[in-house]
Amino acid sequence: MIKAEHISKSYVSAGHAPVKALDDVSFSVSDGELFGLIGPDGSGKTTMFRILVTLILADKGVASVNGMDVVKDYEKIRNSVGYMPGRFSVYQDLTVNENINFFASLFGVDKEESMPLIEDIYGSLRPFGNRLAGALSGGMKQKLALCCALIHKPDVLFLDEPTTGVDPVSRKEFWQMLRNLRSNGITIMVSTPYMDEADMCDKIALMQKGMILALDTTENLISQMGNQVWGVSGNNMYKLLCDVRSYRGTLRCYPFGNSHHVFFNSQEPDISDFGNYLWGCGNENVKIERLEPCIEDCYLYITDGRRI
Amino acid sequence: MVIKYLLEKEFKQFFRSPILPKIVFAYPLLVLLIFPWVTNFNVEDMKVSVVDKDMSEVSRRFIRKVDNSKYFQLYNVRNNYGEALKDIEKGNADVILELPRGFGNDLETSGNPEALVAVNSVNEIKGSLGTGYLSAMLNGFVSGNAKGYGMNMYNPCKDYKLYMIPAIMVMILIILCGFIPALNIVNEKETGTMEQINVTPVSRFSFILAKLIPFWIMGLVSLTIGILISVLVYGMVPQGSFLTIYLGAMLFVFLVSGIGLVISNKASTMPQALFMMFFVVMIFVLMSGLFTPVSSMPLWARCFSYLVPPRYLIDIMRSVYIRGSGIADNSFNFSMLFLFTVLINIWAVLSYRKRT
Repeated sequence: MIKAEHISKSYVSAGHAPVKALDDVSFSVSDGELFGLIGPDGSGKTTMFRILVTLILADKGVASVNGMDVVKDYEKIRNSVGYMPGRFSVYQDLTVNENINFFASLFGVDKEESMPLIEDIYGSLRPFGNRLAGALSGGMKQKLALCCALIHKPDVLFLDEPTTGVDPVSRKEFWQMLRNLRSNGITIMVSTPYMDEADMCDKIALMQKGMILALDTTENLISQMGNQVWGVSGNNMYKLLCDVRSYRGTLRCYPFGNSHHVFFNSQEPDISDFGNYLWGCGNENVKIERLEPCIEDCYLYITDGRRI
Repeated sequence: MVIKYLLEKEFKQFFRSPILPKIVFAYPLLVLLIFPWVTNFNVEDMKVSVVDKDMSEVSRRFIRKVDNSKYFQLYNVRNNYGEALKDIEKGNADVILELPRGFGNDLETSGNPEALVAVNSVNEIKGSLGTGYLSAMLNGFVSGNAKGYGMNMYNPCKDYKLYMIPAIMVMILIILCGFIPALNIVNEKETGTMEQINVTPVSRFSFILAKLIPFWIMGLVSLTIGILISVLVYGMVPQGSFLTIYLGAMLFVFLVSGIGLVISNKASTMPQALFMMFFVVMIFVLMSGLFTPVSSMPLWARCFSYLVPPRYLIDIMRSVYIRGSGIADNSFNFSMLFLFTVLINIWAVLSYRKRT
């Protein structure tokens, strides 16, 4: 169980205005949940993690992990959580096995006891047991870091952007591992800038500018959005974007891959009028289709397409 | 004990590093085999251009004497000062010695002849030593057979190496025990492994201790290598006891590793740490009396040098090596070292925070 209440944190550097990394953030994660913090770079995800794993202190607010306060009980928290920072941070000049043994001995645990838990992940590392960690591939490094974070059988696992810089196949594999871990009863909090990974979480928090914009399951978030998403494409995409935005019935429109995603003001928009309008503006080959909204639509909708 | 595992890891990393184990052996070897020869302030074979206006038997005798000394070498005898000056301008000569008309006469009548000595003082040390040597020679020449007895206490041959080598050993300790562990810690910070360690129950104290212990050992190993080299290559055996040397060295090792810790706490990247070290090393080298004696510094610098800790160990090393002093003779140096060790390590502890 992770709980954060009204957490604020600013970074102060001399000669600059303080940067607000977290602004009155509250959320809670139930036991055994896979919770995702989704947001672009600079939205405050890492700061949230660092507060929860007792590396930095919040300016305001209280937070607890499994009922232990992050300020008062930080020593207990360090014994019972696993943390994998955003950067690959096991010792590159030690071998795979040496790293695992080292972290096991830091926590004073027997590596064999944790084996059932990490077997799944360690299995693919085993052939490289005597290889220096620095010589592993990106995906393998990530697995090693996860093994090291799990070696003491933590109750709560914090993973800060574990899939950034990892190839798509390894990313999929990694998320599968996380879901397996969750079924072992471990509470997992994970952050990612990839929207498509949001579906793999039980619950997500969409973050921007140090604030949580929305917090729910992906299905709920999408259904709460209410509006339907339409995809529009044509020959001159930039002109099309401007024209769609100038249409009176348009609520929001963003470029999205090879089509523009459009939200209308009404639930039942007059698509033929919309089509005529675009054709009247001189757009050619205009294709309009109804789309199944995804979490990325949801994010763009909520943030109105602005990054910062 | 968790420190055991930390130490195991540190030693593994140490011996796996491509340069660190080599530094421990190569550094004292290189430094002690090369530095004592280059940091040599003895001046020999200065070239003299002579203007002999006296042309007497006496003046010729004096010129021969100058030429025969190991400090000077006769370059040429010129007719006038202008020609001799050209020799200096062209860089062929370092010193002009002008013996005025009546030089020999003066010597015989008043016993107080005068000579002009002009020295190229671009190199100040060469300049002042040249003047000094020549005047001394003239005085000796004047007093004729009456010999003055000078005695060089403790360092009879005025060998500069005897003065430099104990001080160079101190440099080795500064680098090995102060700076390398500091860089090592900053490296862990930079690669993010520090953060990983910080979320484990490992206490900061054991983490740092495990970082320092290997380098304390390596520092003393290096010092021992240095002492062996100075015995084997230079035949230098300390007049005093090894106990004094090692006691001072150990105290100093704690001190410099404290300085290293302060730097590693302040710096968040390797370049930052390196620049802070350059800054500190410059002060240490120039203000501690390593090259130029503290006693020849201006008053303010002499006062400042009391704040430069290597000064004390250099003092101890030199006095043990050259004069055979013991711990009691160095009680001031030892207590100052101890004081700085305590102060700097308190600073190191205060400047560290496991959480910000």
